[in-house]
Amino acid sequence: MTTAASTRPRGARPGWFARARGRVGVHAVLAILMIVWLLPTVGLLVNSFRQPAAVSASGWWEGLTPPYDLTLENYAHVLARNGIADAFINSLFITIPATVIPILVAAFAAYAFSWMEFRGRNLLFVVVVGLLVVPLQTTLIPILRLFASLGINGQFLAVWLAHTGYGLPFAIYLLRNYMGGLPREVFESAAIDGASPVTSFFRLALPMSVPVIAALAIFQFLFVWNDLLVSLIYIGAANPDNLPLTVNLANLVNSLGGGWQALGAAAFLSMALPLVVFFSLQRFFVRGIVGGSVKG
Amino acid sequence: MDDRLITAIVVVVGVPGVLVGYIWGTEQVLRLFGGRMQPRIRPWLWLLPALGFLGVFLVYPTIGTIIRSLQDKAGTEFVGLANYAWFFSNDNALSALKNNVLWVVFLTVFTVGIGLLISVLVDRVRYESVAKSVIFVPLAVSMVAAGVIWKFMYEYRPPGEVQIGTLNAALGAVGTGPVAFLQAQDFSMNTFALIAVMTWMWTGFAMVIISAALKAINPELLEAARMDGANEWQVFRGIIFPLLVPTLAVVSTTIVITALKAFDVVYTMTSGNLETDVIANLMIKQMFSFGDFGRASAIAVVLLLAIVPIMLFNIRQFRSQEAVR
Repeated sequence: MTTAASTRPRGARPGWFARARGRVGVHAVLAILMIVWLLPTVGLLVNSFRQPAAVSASGWWEGLTPPYDLTLENYAHVLARNGIADAFINSLFITIPATVIPILVAAFAAYAFSWMEFRGRNLLFVVVVGLLVVPLQTTLIPILRLFASLGINGQFLAVWLAHTGYGLPFAIYLLRNYMGGLPREVFESAAIDGASPVTSFFRLALPMSVPVIAALAIFQFLFVWNDLLVSLIYIGAANPDNLPLTVNLANLVNSLGGGWQALGAAAFLSMALPLVVFFSLQRFFVRGIVGGSVKG
Repeated sequence: MDDRLITAIVVVVGVPGVLVGYIWGTEQVLRLFGGRMQPRIRPWLWLLPALGFLGVFLVYPTIGTIIRSLQDKAGTEFVGLANYAWFFSNDNALSALKNNVLWVVFLTVFTVGIGLLISVLVDRVRYESVAKSVIFVPLAVSMVAAGVIWKFMYEYRPPGEVQIGTLNAALGAVGTGPVAFLQAQDFSMNTFALIAVMTWMWTGFAMVIISAALKAINPELLEAARMDGANEWQVFRGIIFPLLVPTLAVVSTTIVITALKAFDVVYTMTSGNLETDVIANLMIKQMFSFGDFGRASAIAVVLLLAIVPIMLFNIRQFRSQEAVR
């Protein structure tokens, strides 16, 4: 990934001193930003291992010096909750389809917006992007009524459909922007060779869009995984057995009456999976996927 | 456990299978039509699932909201534009509107600016994935947890007491008195404190998208320019930046809309008190505290109208993209 910078011939150009200074600058800026971004989370992480009384008596950095007085009690408290394992599995059942469906549906639409001609294409696309601004809260009541009349309140299906609807404008917007920037010649030569749009889509458009699909998958996964409101409303009281992890953890905070000492532990437990997803998808952010496909 | 197994199979195999099957099925259906009709019908078949979802989950409730915004509190009588007249003559609403302008301008500049800076710098170092992960972490934090994290950052105790907030302890270490970040209204400092939280969360978002676009730039293009003696700044200005413009437009548009809809941070940290209110929080208050769905709907429509200029900018952007490709 980073070899482009280190393997290119350097001797040809003068000014090694300026370049060395530039590299120090790059490292310094990155180091400062990383510290600033990490510090708040580290504070909560340290506090999640401290005694509840200590958290409100002194700053989190006191937990890093003797006497440490650290404890796993906060984590034990969260993990001992009723139904936390079920809630975790429910979260997976909700999040996986609610990530896959919008990405596929958006990819179909983005492909049509990018590489098919039809009347009103730009206008329709702008309307789709404009829907990004619709506040989620205004849709809750009409959709709840709709689900009730269909009898799917409380089922995973209701949440899958709702998250797909809410996630689509952004997904279409991002994918259309990326697919629209792919080289035209690739699709034209495929069409001349007799490839149908379905073949072009699965063999060319999707593989070439892998970096942006990975980005989109991460975001959609995160939004759904961390969502509280949609699950609470559409699953909510109708079927508590299907509620996800976020609802379980929100109840923990409420039942303790502002018990945020356990919330630190809860926050880190629920962050774990999204971070694993991010790390595993990160390898798709590599240079030259588009370039390689064009040459091949 | 049996039910769970069935659900798991539906989740992993069934759902993608249905969607791929649909798009394969469209070609079979299209064979029934003549060769001239096919290109006309095909785009609509590809768009159909998306338009169906958008129609049901966003367009239909929005039309309901527009109609509701013209009705009174109980929803029994039409009152014309009275709800809008209330919004534009109410001091709280205008103050919220002013705060949203700050949100839109500064959240966008900070997240896109820092996101671009990180994407470009990180492309040249060996610890790229570590650095990106660090910036990304806040995005994986839920809103409630972010609120708790930043309460520890901004925590204020009167001078003389032990400061347990990170920022005030740091100020104390350099000999300055503590600052009540979330209470101070001079220069809208508390609003900026909230914008900082959101910047912390959303810079990772800007970074991931910009970085993905950066990776799509053909490396040979950059090498060629460097071989011709261009310095790094010239490579950035002349090649990288112009190629990133469409992506920056997408990211900026998304962040502007996020800023317009800013709600969770304000709700969890200040509840909109002390001049920190924003439009979306005002709407929630009208809905759930005052039960006035007429006014709440009018506020939602104001949000919708606020993006018209951004949409016009986007149309121009698509036109120019269309022209070059």
